[in-house]
Amino acid sequence: MLKKISNIGDCGITCDFGDEVNKKTNKEVIKLFNFIQESVNSKKIKGILNYTPSYNKLIINFELGKIKSKEIIEFIKVSDYSKTTLSEKNKIVEIPICYDEEFALDIKRLEEKTKLSFKEIVNDHLNTDFFVYMIGFVPGQPFLGDLNKKLYHDRLDTPRVKINKGSVGIVEKFCTIYTFESPGGWNIVGRTPLDLFNINKKNTSMLSPGDTVKFKSITKKDLSSFKNE
Amino acid sequence: MSNYFKVLRPGINSTFQDLGRFGLQHLGIVASGCMDQLLFYISNKLVGNKVSEGALEFAYQGPLLELVGESALVAVSGKVNFNIIDKNGETKKGMSNESFVVSNGDKIDILSTINSVYGYLSILGGFKLKEIKGSVSTLVKAKIGPNNGDKLKIDDKIFFTKSNSAGETKKIEFEFDADNTIRVMKGSQFGYFSKKSQQYFFSKEYKVTRLTDRMGMRLEGEKLENMVSKNIKSEGITKGSIQIPGDGQPIVLLSDHPTIGGYPKIANVITADYDKLVQKIQGSKIKFKLVDLVVAESAFQDYIAKFNKF
Repeated sequence: MLKKISNIGDCGITCDFGDEVNKKTNKEVIKLFNFIQESVNSKKIKGILNYTPSYNKLIINFELGKIKSKEIIEFIKVSDYSKTTLSEKNKIVEIPICYDEEFALDIKRLEEKTKLSFKEIVNDHLNTDFFVYMIGFVPGQPFLGDLNKKLYHDRLDTPRVKINKGSVGIVEKFCTIYTFESPGGWNIVGRTPLDLFNINKKNTSMLSPGDTVKFKSITKKDLSSFKNE
Repeated sequence: MSNYFKVLRPGINSTFQDLGRFGLQHLGIVASGCMDQLLFYISNKLVGNKVSEGALEFAYQGPLLELVGESALVAVSGKVNFNIIDKNGETKKGMSNESFVVSNGDKIDILSTINSVYGYLSILGGFKLKEIKGSVSTLVKAKIGPNNGDKLKIDDKIFFTKSNSAGETKKIEFEFDADNTIRVMKGSQFGYFSKKSQQYFFSKEYKVTRLTDRMGMRLEGEKLENMVSKNIKSEGITKGSIQIPGDGQPIVLLSDHPTIGGYPKIANVITADYDKLVQKIQGSKIKFKLVDLVVAESAFQDYIAKFNKF
């Protein structure tokens, strides 16, 4: 439930849904996000520049001079967005992943730590319906959850200087996919050949907050012959 | 016949920018856009463009450009030391904030900004730039924007639409605000910081370090002590937020900021003072002053009045 709305500087507001990081809270965030996005697209509200959901908050940025924070807060308060359901708007996306040891850099360590076999770890990962909590930091990077509790693991003590694009990593109950080559501290369990982000496409990001992701295991050969549409 | 500028020297960080690319932050794409909106506006005004037309933004040292093709009306905004070198090699001092005509073979040599960081080059009719998701702004770290999302490089050609060189020249009087006080509102995690640190933040000077670019401005000064938690659950970032990482030194998040982040934020720079802040050069000392929303909104009215003056 929406607990508090407050100003961020003179051109932003935070809609705070409480301190919990779980799907239930995040789904409430996504409902408001969907509502704002739809209201912007159908021109029911003017002057909104960006709307950024995260685990437990929605940040709305607006153009000062076009609208005031008071008006946006009022707009949210009188709406009945919380009655909408997510399934109408959000999709299920299948993402191919190769768990070959060449790409699954940290699975060996996870086997030791979790006392699970390689196969058990992979099966757990494959059998999870991941919810897209949020996208960002860099373009198109999704933050997915929740992992099976048995797989919970801390961040690497020393982050890697370079993680290849397409690497799939896990930390605590979350899973991410690196959409750009970058430094990073997540435990890498595989690689996807799928381009999740392409600025030149109409659908720039394959995933949106609130979508569901299922991974599908592919071989090393499938990975190298994979062609993005 | 195609008209273009040949890039003989790219400058330190020369990129095309407009007012920004909006409605995509939820997909990890920050708005970007010109750092100094007033100067961007002035550069377009000087050549008679619509005020949202894409311009070339440069920082500290700008580019050396040679015109190939038909004459064009151009303008450089800011406090900029630049020369115009004609095709016979004769050098003439350039005047900022004043439009002028350049012809085939002429070179514009943007040597440096003076006691400021950013300046803009505009051309009547606009540069021929590929719009991406409704904007020609460049986000270099994600390779989004015209020129393949990159900074200017040597030998690049910047094409422009046939410019009416007979267009009216114009001059605008412009001075930077020399005052070093930046007005801010309390940040989302203001209460995380000790009473003493809150006082320091509004009374001590902070120095702009060299680790400053379009993404953020790292400051150096009295260390700020976090009493609650050095990390928060990652949340959406707003331009002008001042975050305090574990080392207690502030970072102001600027136009190319990450879309989400997990450091506590002590304050937010008000819109009216953003241009002033980003023009502070390395080594400048700034002070933060606390204001409320009423003051920020009224300061914005004064800021907009400046635009309407030109």
